[in-house]
Amino acid sequence: MDFNTDHFSLFELPARFRLDAPLLDGRYLEMQSRVHPDRFTGAGDAERRLSLQWATRVNEAYQTLKKPLSRARYLLHLADHDVGSENNVLMPNDFLVEQMEWREAVAEARTAGEHHELEHLHHRLQHDIGKRYEELAALLDDAHDLEQAADRVRRLMFIEKLLVELDEAMIACEE
Amino acid sequence: MALLQIAEPGESAAPHEHRLAVGIDLGTTNSLVATVRSGLAVVLRDELGRPLLPSVVRYRSDGHSEVGYEAQAQQALDPRNTIASVKRFMGRGIADIANREAMPYVFEDSPGMLRLHTAAGLKSPVEVSADILRVLRLRAEAALGGALVGAVITVPAYFDEAQRQATKDAAKLAGLPVLRLLNEPTAAAIAYGLDNAAEGVYAVYDLGGGTFDISILRLSRGIFEVLATGGDSALGGDDFDHRIFCWIIEAADLKPLSVEDASMLLARAREAKEYLTVHGAAPIAARLTSGERVDLQLTTEIFAAISQTLVAKTIQPVKKALRDAGLSVSDVKGVVMVGGATRMPQVQRAVGEFFRQDPLNNLDPDKVVAIGAATQANLLAGNRAAGDDWLLLDVIPLSLGLETMGGLVEKIIPRNSTIPTARAQEFTTFRDGQTALAIHVVQGERELVSDCRSLARFELRGIPPMVAGSARIRVAFQVDADGLLAVTAREQASGVEASIVVKPSYGLSDDEIAGMLKDSMAHVKGDAQLRALKESQVDAQRLLEAVRAALAVDRELLASDELARVEDDIVKLENAALADNRRQIMLAMDDLEADTKDFAARRMDKSIRRAFAGRNINDLDVESTTSKTGETA
Repeated sequence: MDFNTDHFSLFELPARFRLDAPLLDGRYLEMQSRVHPDRFTGAGDAERRLSLQWATRVNEAYQTLKKPLSRARYLLHLADHDVGSENNVLMPNDFLVEQMEWREAVAEARTAGEHHELEHLHHRLQHDIGKRYEELAALLDDAHDLEQAADRVRRLMFIEKLLVELDEAMIACEE
Repeated sequence: MALLQIAEPGESAAPHEHRLAVGIDLGTTNSLVATVRSGLAVVLRDELGRPLLPSVVRYRSDGHSEVGYEAQAQQALDPRNTIASVKRFMGRGIADIANREAMPYVFEDSPGMLRLHTAAGLKSPVEVSADILRVLRLRAEAALGGALVGAVITVPAYFDEAQRQATKDAAKLAGLPVLRLLNEPTAAAIAYGLDNAAEGVYAVYDLGGGTFDISILRLSRGIFEVLATGGDSALGGDDFDHRIFCWIIEAADLKPLSVEDASMLLARAREAKEYLTVHGAAPIAARLTSGERVDLQLTTEIFAAISQTLVAKTIQPVKKALRDAGLSVSDVKGVVMVGGATRMPQVQRAVGEFFRQDPLNNLDPDKVVAIGAATQANLLAGNRAAGDDWLLLDVIPLSLGLETMGGLVEKIIPRNSTIPTARAQEFTTFRDGQTALAIHVVQGERELVSDCRSLARFELRGIPPMVAGSARIRVAFQVDADGLLAVTAREQASGVEASIVVKPSYGLSDDEIAGMLKDSMAHVKGDAQLRALKESQVDAQRLLEAVRAALAVDRELLASDELARVEDDIVKLENAALADNRRQIMLAMDDLEADTKDFAARRMDKSIRRAFAGRNINDLDVESTTSKTGETA
């Protein structure tokens, strides 16, 4: 096994966006139970160091593939279509306006302490995110349209961030 | 629970000597020590048959100290010198301590960690904890009949690096080698999960004397995977005592109290709390030094009302941990209750209501953490028996990051990342010709550096002068399986590098520890060298055992000349280990390490390939028939 192989090959999974999650979980645990440092407490330095490197590598690969957004970004990265960082992407105006409206709605509900409204927004946003990932799956796995896929990923980067803010607002509201 | 029978690399296939290892629950209120004997985890008792050791140390003016029940008995008489709940002070400065005014101690603010004035002099919380650990170590050595190879010591999951480091320092001071610091709820989950062959998602709600922890774990096929953890390292049973204490003062309309009276009323408050776990009302009667009498009745209703905000304070971290794990209440199959404070009925009720199910109470909440720690210690010491094939995957509790422009924190490793983990980020210079970069490592969730814990500072120097923004400095964080952080900074073009193993800047310095160690060993002069020699001999035996075990399984991975070299190294190391020359032992170990480096890599490679071969790994014939599999065993 090559240490520098890609994350999909590491788990012997096809490099696709649609993923058999239980299979990934199973392979991750299987692999970790072989390489984890706790398995090498009595070993020599070289083996312990290797174990640390491998366990780190396996964790990184698993974390990257487990979440759909990072998985999509990683697929694009493998295809030389890096999407860049959150802070330096130019988005179309209508999308930005839409995002601003969402954010305003969250901020308003948060200030007013309307937990119910936040929950409602949360539900809507999650539904929206679900549909976007379906579209992304089709672009990546079926149409192989990387340009479009990269665009959708950039949008999702904004939206996932919004979801985190919404979560935080809900927690703040409960406190 | 066992699925795979694996002769792991580094593990002897042949039965070997049982290594003495213990698990220690270093609690706010009580501490315990447990070990695995004949495959069973048991709590070790003192000579009077008592399993608990109250975490109380009394310092006398003659320089001696009393630990445990003896000290506790003197608490009301000598409150200033009798240190209880010292865990709350570990890795903490004075400003961090809540309800300080209600405590009888004389604090000294010192950089990093506070100190306590006692009749036996100024004591650091680390020294007080070490005194508790030493008693437990002696108890274990007496019971097991030999020196310990090491201990797993439990800490609240929500302890930050400073609190963890302080705990490690205390162990060092007590002469205990630390195999691992283990999170308390995780320890409880191990004890519970192995006992009940549990599968699925479990929440561990751990309310101890001074700390609150919540952990969400997934248990599947012998793997304990911590999904998220949260809590409050300054919230526990003591706070409930304090609420009752305040209620007494208010209800009895008492004037400011003397230290002795306050200490006595606090003890009454604790008794009332414990009484209420099985009764509907608790009488509180006391006579103050002034002669004034206190005669009150505390009902469960009043207690629930005055402690409501405390109970609610535990539910917030529970919600956050569930969110972090990406789960909801309905995903949780069981809630394990840990810590003496979970005996309070209002806590049981609140947790039951939140999770919409009755919490699990079938393990002794006082012992479960020590039992889990002992089980992990046994495994880490290398005493794994067939069927003991379980593994723990833990997370870091708090995010690790760097200070950036404007006092803001850039998170590098987010909280709840599974360890070991590594992550790197690139930074650049902001001034023309800038040749150095200050790196400030912080821990916490807040956005401002001033709201987070400062862990370490170091500088990367020797960056070649360049235009601002053109240097590419890669800062890499590596957290090992112990949760210890190492940070490396490297300028990509020139290759200049600087690194640090993070040791919290406000804990004790190595010099201070060395000084304390020297003090504590003043009576055993001149044994430092002997100790070092013994340690290297033990290390040599370990390495020899590991290599022999590896050769027994994977000899064919070595070419004949390589094998000859390794065997030659083995003989040399065996001989060196018999002589009394530490330097020679080290050199022989270096040779053996060097000549087995490629061998180790090949073995790891083989092991990883087999991960997908599945089924019984000892059965080598299986390999050829399972080159490609679709299942995960």
